[in-house]
Amino acid sequence: MGMIAAALAAFVLSLPAHAQRTHITIASTTSTEQSGLFRHLLPKFTHRTGIEVRVVALGTGQALDMGRRGDADVVFVHDAAAEKRFVDEGYGVGHRLVMYNDFVLIGPKSDPAVARGGDIVAALAKIHRAQAPFVSRGDKSGTHAAELRLWKLAGLEMPAPKGAWYRETGSGMGPALNTASGLNAYVLADRGTWLSFRNRGALVILVEGDRRLFNQYGVMLVSPAKHPHVRREPGLRFIDWLVSPEGQNAIAEYRIGGEPLFFPSAR
Amino acid sequence: MRLSLEVSLSAVLVATLAGLPLGAAIAVGRFPGRRALIVLLNALMGLPPVVVGLLVYLLLSRAGPLGEFGLLFTPSAMVIAQTLLVLPIIAALCRQAVEDAWLEYEEQLRSLGAEGLRAALTLVWDIRYSLVTALLAGLGRACAEVGAVIIVGGNIDGVTRVMTTAIALETSKGDLPLALALGFVLIAIVLALNAGAYLVKDAAQRRFG
Amino acid sequence: MNGILPLRLEEVTFAAGGHAAIDRVSLELTAGPSTILLGANGAGKSVLMRLMHGLLVPSAGRVRWNEDDPRSVRRRQAMVFQRPIMLRRSVLANVEYGLKVARVPEPERRASALEALASVGLAHLAHRPARTLSGGEQQRVALARAWALHPEVLFLDEPTASLDPGATREIETVIKAFDAAGTKVVMATHNLGQARRLGDEVLFLHQGRLVERAAVDRFFPQPASAEAAAFVRGELPWA
Repeated sequence: MGMIAAALAAFVLSLPAHAQRTHITIASTTSTEQSGLFRHLLPKFTHRTGIEVRVVALGTGQALDMGRRGDADVVFVHDAAAEKRFVDEGYGVGHRLVMYNDFVLIGPKSDPAVARGGDIVAALAKIHRAQAPFVSRGDKSGTHAAELRLWKLAGLEMPAPKGAWYRETGSGMGPALNTASGLNAYVLADRGTWLSFRNRGALVILVEGDRRLFNQYGVMLVSPAKHPHVRREPGLRFIDWLVSPEGQNAIAEYRIGGEPLFFPSAR
Repeated sequence: MRLSLEVSLSAVLVATLAGLPLGAAIAVGRFPGRRALIVLLNALMGLPPVVVGLLVYLLLSRAGPLGEFGLLFTPSAMVIAQTLLVLPIIAALCRQAVEDAWLEYEEQLRSLGAEGLRAALTLVWDIRYSLVTALLAGLGRACAEVGAVIIVGGNIDGVTRVMTTAIALETSKGDLPLALALGFVLIAIVLALNAGAYLVKDAAQRRFG
Repeated sequence: MNGILPLRLEEVTFAAGGHAAIDRVSLELTAGPSTILLGANGAGKSVLMRLMHGLLVPSAGRVRWNEDDPRSVRRRQAMVFQRPIMLRRSVLANVEYGLKVARVPEPERRASALEALASVGLAHLAHRPARTLSGGEQQRVALARAWALHPEVLFLDEPTASLDPGATREIETVIKAFDAAGTKVVMATHNLGQARRLGDEVLFLHQGRLVERAAVDRFFPQPASAEAAAFVRGELPWA
């Protein structure tokens, strides 16, 4: 029996885990992955450095938690306040700004709350007044945090004002869009996910371009001081590449349907 | 997707190697707490995959007890999680089948001097064709589940993405036609496996009686 | 090395569900004569045989062989049941199974198995799947399986009850050969003709009690007990 157990253990542990090449694990967000950016970006990096990149896509909050637990080498998210906290707690080092994209307010073509325009805060206030159906991700993600900040600007602490019109799905951007499409509701989404979303139903972009809708992405290494096993060298190479001219160009040239998604912002 | 089959078949293989002797031993043995153990085993057949995924994640996370093996987000982690899901199914179904067979074979085997685990394993081999059904049940569970593999595997493109997690991803991206197509492929694969196993079982039964 | 006989039963009782299937039976079995357990259905023949063979544990009383080591005791007995239980393997593998459990090493195992099959006339079917054989053939395989172990005592529980007359004759021939070779045969049957053909002595059971014991020549013409007499009379037309 003991021999069988040992053989089994050896078998399981030897399964292809791509252990041969150097690799790093990145905790990032579902919106970034679902935009298709990584599919475009990572092969270039691997081609240049031979380092394989494995992306685990979660919400921003979960991605940072993954970093805290040491299950990732690098985190790449978009919530400045949460990122700062992460660094202050000592979990993140080498923070760099990488790129930004923007959020857009999506809603039904019929626009019952008359939200259309260039002012996101005014739009949200109107939606609240009209009690029009609104879908929120409600999942501690960067998008969710941005959404809550905007509601605050409109004078509302979400999700406090109870009402059936405000629906939290606790899910990623894609499922939230699916739900909004199904309910013909308003939803705040990042442009990237929206551009690659194919189940739009009667939804269209109603508000865009407001400066407050800009969404900054940051990248950092998980601190080797907290987690000695972190792959420091390859991780730093990735971060350096992202902010290098080559990386920034790769980001700028990524398009969906001819439209750029992300704007390089490394300084 | 080959990875789907590799992971699920590996899990079923390990679960079979461990589950058949376990189920058989419980069927044939007599010890205090046996009935409670049987009830527990049957109940574990219905373990929610997400719960298993979460438990394995906590075990394999760097912050967890087995973290230093770095198994999280690898196919090995997925095999471990699926093995835990499938093991109770195979063990419980085997226990039931062996217990039924034991009624018929007990006296003869004991008369020949075969007791305990030895008798149990003889029975397992003898009813091997009926056990194929148990294995298929386990394989079906493994191929179809998404909750465990997505948590411990991370659905990493090119590394731990399998059919079920890909379907989940495409659905959440709103690409329903693609998700549906993947779903049909998955169903077709499982159907083919089942049909193949049935034919083998049928032919062998006719030959060996 | 001592034989495991004589076998002594001392006030053996077996109770199940408040009812005594075997009620205070005492007897001694020695090597030599083939012993028939006779009685109506439900008299307790099967239970008594299983108590002797060790498949059942008495509720009271003792079953004592001439040997203390239980494994050795089990090894030198074998039993053939009313319905032959064949494993899903070849005929030869079935016969070898008992030898494997008894840890007989490989080359000797095969030779013994083939010899046993030859002695029941089935060597030509050695590689057939056992379950595809007829009932009579399967029962002969069961006999070969028992014989291969060269037991001192061979128990047979109504071995021909499920077989047609032709197959029955074949089985009886084999049993007679085993008896002639020196194995102690203990057989339960309700077939009077079979008892007379194969047995040397009769143990007559009635409602779990050993009512009469006598040589076959004396028992059938003149059963001493009333119950035995009734039994012999009742079955006589079918002998």
